[in-house]
Amino acid sequence: MTTWPILSVTTFLPVVGALLVYVVRGDDEAARRNARWIALWTTLITFAVSLILVARFDPSVADFQFVEKANWMAAGITYHMGVDGISLPFVILTTALMPFCIVASWNAIQNRVREYMMAFLILETLMVGTFSALDLVLFYLFFEGGLIPMFLIIGVWGGPRRVYASFKFFLYTLLGSVLMLLAIMALYWNGNTTDIPTLMHTAVPRSLQTWAWLAFFASFAVKMPMWPVHTWLPDAHVEAPTAGSVILAAILLKMGGYGFLRFSLPMFPLASHDFAPLIFTLSTIAIIYTSLVAMMQEDMKKLIAYSSVAHMGFVTMGIFAGTMQGVAGGVFQMISHGIVSGALFLCVGIVYDRMHTREIAAYGGLVNRMPLYALTFMVFTMANVGLPGTSGFVGEFMTLLGTFKVSIPTAFFATTGVILSACYALWLYRKVVFGALVKPSLMTIKDLTFRECLTLFPLIALTILFGVYPKPVLDMSAASVQQLVNNYNTAVTAVKAAALLQ
Amino acid sequence: MSFETAGYQLAPVVPELVLAVGSMALLMLGAYRGQGTTKAITTLAVLLLVAAGVLELLLPAGKQVTFGGSFIVDDFARFMKILALIGSAVTLMLSTEFLSDPSRRIFEYSILVLLSTLGMMVLISAGDLISLYLGLELMSLALYVVATSNRDNAKSNEAGLKYFVLGALSSGMLLYGASLIYGFTGTVSFAGIAASATTASVGLVFGLVFLLAGLCFKVSAVPFHMWTPDVYEGAPTPVTAFFASAPKVAALAVFTRATLTAFPGIVTQWQQILVFVSIASMALGSFAAIGQTNIKRLMAYSSIGHMGFALVGLASGTVEGAQGVLTYILIYVAMTLGSFAVILAMKRNGQAVEQISDFAGLSRTNPLLAFFFAMLLFSLAGIPPLAGFFAKWYVFVAAIKANLFTLAVLGVLSSVVGAYYYLTIVKTMYFDEPAGQVDPVRVEVRAVLAVAGLFNILFALFAGPVVSAASAAAKSLF
Repeated sequence: MTTWPILSVTTFLPVVGALLVYVVRGDDEAARRNARWIALWTTLITFAVSLILVARFDPSVADFQFVEKANWMAAGITYHMGVDGISLPFVILTTALMPFCIVASWNAIQNRVREYMMAFLILETLMVGTFSALDLVLFYLFFEGGLIPMFLIIGVWGGPRRVYASFKFFLYTLLGSVLMLLAIMALYWNGNTTDIPTLMHTAVPRSLQTWAWLAFFASFAVKMPMWPVHTWLPDAHVEAPTAGSVILAAILLKMGGYGFLRFSLPMFPLASHDFAPLIFTLSTIAIIYTSLVAMMQEDMKKLIAYSSVAHMGFVTMGIFAGTMQGVAGGVFQMISHGIVSGALFLCVGIVYDRMHTREIAAYGGLVNRMPLYALTFMVFTMANVGLPGTSGFVGEFMTLLGTFKVSIPTAFFATTGVILSACYALWLYRKVVFGALVKPSLMTIKDLTFRECLTLFPLIALTILFGVYPKPVLDMSAASVQQLVNNYNTAVTAVKAAALLQ
Repeated sequence: MSFETAGYQLAPVVPELVLAVGSMALLMLGAYRGQGTTKAITTLAVLLLVAAGVLELLLPAGKQVTFGGSFIVDDFARFMKILALIGSAVTLMLSTEFLSDPSRRIFEYSILVLLSTLGMMVLISAGDLISLYLGLELMSLALYVVATSNRDNAKSNEAGLKYFVLGALSSGMLLYGASLIYGFTGTVSFAGIAASATTASVGLVFGLVFLLAGLCFKVSAVPFHMWTPDVYEGAPTPVTAFFASAPKVAALAVFTRATLTAFPGIVTQWQQILVFVSIASMALGSFAAIGQTNIKRLMAYSSIGHMGFALVGLASGTVEGAQGVLTYILIYVAMTLGSFAVILAMKRNGQAVEQISDFAGLSRTNPLLAFFFAMLLFSLAGIPPLAGFFAKWYVFVAAIKANLFTLAVLGVLSSVVGAYYYLTIVKTMYFDEPAGQVDPVRVEVRAVLAVAGLFNILFALFAGPVVSAASAAAKSLF
């Protein structure tokens, strides 16, 4: 067993880094460089510590590991941390992507570097905390607290419409979350505790299940985002700085899916079963509708943002299928999407840093001057499409498989999304990378620098590795997913049997 | 030596006696030595408040009743009194600059604050309608005068006069209600009223409504909030900080004590009133603040909204609810004093600036000030992990437990609307271009801001002890 609170250390190390950055004085070049290096080292060390979690993690155990418990507030609200096979992949995803974000901001951010790095480090703490909190109040603290640094990141370092985007992001998410807060209070009232593992085994009355499910849904659907509450996402993505978009797409969106897995299915299985058709409908609409919308975009980031909504549709569909393949596929799809969409935003950031525009029409023929970039962009485009051999395929395939067992029409319509995603992604790739290099502004554009290769190549490796060998992620989550699915099915069958007896 | 005659001990009122005698002595000092003593009197007044607080804590534990039940010292009273004393002491500290101006060296200012605080302490300990009224009037009369302490300023005079006229009206309503209650129950003591008010007779409900109207005026809850924006804007900023903190504590304390200990038999009657008042306050506080351009006016609407949130806890009428009110007011006082410290710190070339647009780009001209203010604003909006979230958590948990779902849903929704206007200030400070340098911040303002700001940011770390103190205080009412 661990002798030191390894999970808390992983969670709060970035805050220590942020305090160190704060100590750096001045605004000259040396101070900026110091701030960047401190931030980079902090994220790297955090990542290293989180790898200890992986090394010591026992994938055969379905329950929570690395559990830490301490008194916090009176009456059933404690400081309780721990990870299981569902949350650990997200913790690692977060800690792994942060160094890339810092490196991606190395030259792109030139003003208020200190504050920028501090905001990112604090955000990292809040994100890791969200995935490892085992108390509802603690979870809410981390979950909502993330709004503050993200609001500032979009608003201070964002594009021309940053004020609008940051307000929309903040208020949309807050509106969903306060309803969840009321449901948390109702669960606290029902079970007299906010301890998540305890609540998973606490019977929740049917009517409360319905209302609480809807309230949690309000929060996670916005965060995810699901159609029709996705409209904040394109705005936030377009206006956020590159690293902000990466974090938003790769990690913040996953909090919604994680929430469904952690709360909705285990705590309200009956309501989840009742509302599954609703989720299927919304997911299918999201997949088809936002794919069509993505095809019409003129802004590269917006296109990827809409494609994210479509891909998250596969996740929600898989999760609420309630089958082993569906849920495991949902987890895998989120991890894969975290890597792929993060990398796609990095790719957009690279050309944006050079040309300061994200208009698709402003590009064309980049392959002539940027072969390395063309190759990188292609891998991630293919992963986005879901080409077999990339990680994108595994997740989509598994969620479709899992859904097919439960609802054939949903799986049928969702599959069209695979085709549509090929349309918009390949169209984007053709417009930007292929064709003749005729635009005079592009004549002198440079290929990837060493620093950019450093951020992208590891992600390529991961995309292809998980595409051909998804076992590490699937194994890590298998036991926990199995337990989740079993409990869900037991609860649902029990009610059905009881209904038959009457 | 013993002061004791059956039921009339003086020991529980020692802090109040010290405060009363001390302020008389300071008044003599000022009257004989003139305006030159202003600074010394302010310092002595702060010390006097601290001494009263220490004495309050030194009183024997448990519930003590004196003056035949008119004056109660229990955990609840101690909690609220300490909070009110802190509010007053901090306000006096924040007022030193205001009082250092040669044209405004008024030593009476500190003495009026002391007398007002004395009124608050009587109010908090009030065990019957008579001492309630005595405390309320002592507090309010001093406040009316303090509001006009910027004598040459028309707005300040207008604020004081407006406060006085409307305050007198509300006192009248309160008295009318009190006399009806006395008429229908035959007693003025809260315990006696509780014993006889088991069914809701029309006359009693009438009295209750008028009593609550008077109390709503003091906590500036809708529909008796009209004075708040004008008084907040017109009064000198340190005075506004005072209005927003200590008197609110006292008024909310007596509100809680009167409803919970005098009318437990007719909960449903006052619950509907409180549900309406708190929904209206939260909604008006949130929506009306959106259009404001003056930061003090905005804070006025913000405090209306916050009183609505605090009353959510009271509306549930349970121990949890009372605990929620106590936690809320504690955190609210810290947030408010911190915010007013920022507003006091905002000076350009020696001139105080009060427009929200004056905060533009503060994050670059004075990053620390902007950071603390931003955190206070997020906290006022109720965003975790800041203190304001915990305040809202406890009142809404109480509301959910009391099955007041509509109230809870409308409450959290209006908090989202409220978040909008707090965000616009953050936006002005962080996203906009700087509007020029601000003057260096005075040391006492900086100290208040640092303490309040850190309290807010780090509240999650020491939430446990604070909450258990509030819980113990709440239990002493039942």
